[in-house]
Amino acid sequence: MIGIEHYVVVSAVLFVLGVLGIFLNRKNIIVILMAIELILLAVNINLVAFSAFLGDLTGQIFAMFVLTVAAGEAAIGLAILVVYFRGRGTIAVDDVNRMKG
Amino acid sequence: MIQTFAFYLFAIFVIASGTLTIMARNPVHSVLWLIVSFFNAAGLMVLVGAEFIAMLLVIVYVGAVAVLFLFVVMMLNIDFAELRAGFMKNFPLGIAIALVLAMELILGIGAYRAGALELGTPSGRAAPMVDKSNIENVGALLYSDYLFLFEAAGLVLLVAMIGAIVLTHRERAMPAHRGHQDIAKQIRRRPQDATNNAQPEVGKGVEL
Repeated sequence: MIGIEHYVVVSAVLFVLGVLGIFLNRKNIIVILMAIELILLAVNINLVAFSAFLGDLTGQIFAMFVLTVAAGEAAIGLAILVVYFRGRGTIAVDDVNRMKG
Repeated sequence: MIQTFAFYLFAIFVIASGTLTIMARNPVHSVLWLIVSFFNAAGLMVLVGAEFIAMLLVIVYVGAVAVLFLFVVMMLNIDFAELRAGFMKNFPLGIAIALVLAMELILGIGAYRAGALELGTPSGRAAPMVDKSNIENVGALLYSDYLFLFEAAGLVLLVAMIGAIVLTHRERAMPAHRGHQDIAKQIRRRPQDATNNAQPEVGKGVEL
């Protein structure tokens, strides 16, 4: 029978994959944003699984708010990316130091 | 039986497509693998009876966020080979950190299995009503206890929308509006920036 541990393991693996993605694609900010989405997906799986196995719906409500923030974050992140690309002609972000004082 | 099979199917697909998302050479493929990953995560959520969140995941992520990513990846003309350059260099550090993180998570799960941790007991206030569907239960809770949080979420989306528009909006120098009056520019103009006094010698001209 599938228990809570199975879900927690899946979400843990997905979370680690997201962190690994940030480290592997340090230059490519699009893939970094996608890795952040993976991390938030892992968090959502965790919240929903605990909510279902504990019989408490608060986790699902909270997952909905995480979803909202993730959507807003993706929109703002991509907007910043587009503005940055217009100014520089590249999206290599490992040497973003334009704003150092 | 079928539930166990479905769980392992979805779980394997989520993890495999997550791996391919971060490993793919082409970001367009990354986005497509991300979509596969979201679909299968929605499947996992359906398995535990959270249909509403699962459908929300499909609509919001596959319908909006992934398409937004796809738009940006295809709209910007980016040299992806150059961005790939540091991949192998960062590989050992990334794997090391991922392994440390994975170890910690495995330790936590192991501690739970060994009985060192207990799951908390829910207060009962947010317990689902047995004769109602998932979406009715979520709605009943969302529009009563979490009403103000729900409105705050709407505000977050509004701010994100306005922010994205303000960031990417750009004033175009339209030919039809070339002669239009920019009052702020007129007020900003100062005499000392616009004119200067010069005293040329006799017989010499003034250099402009």
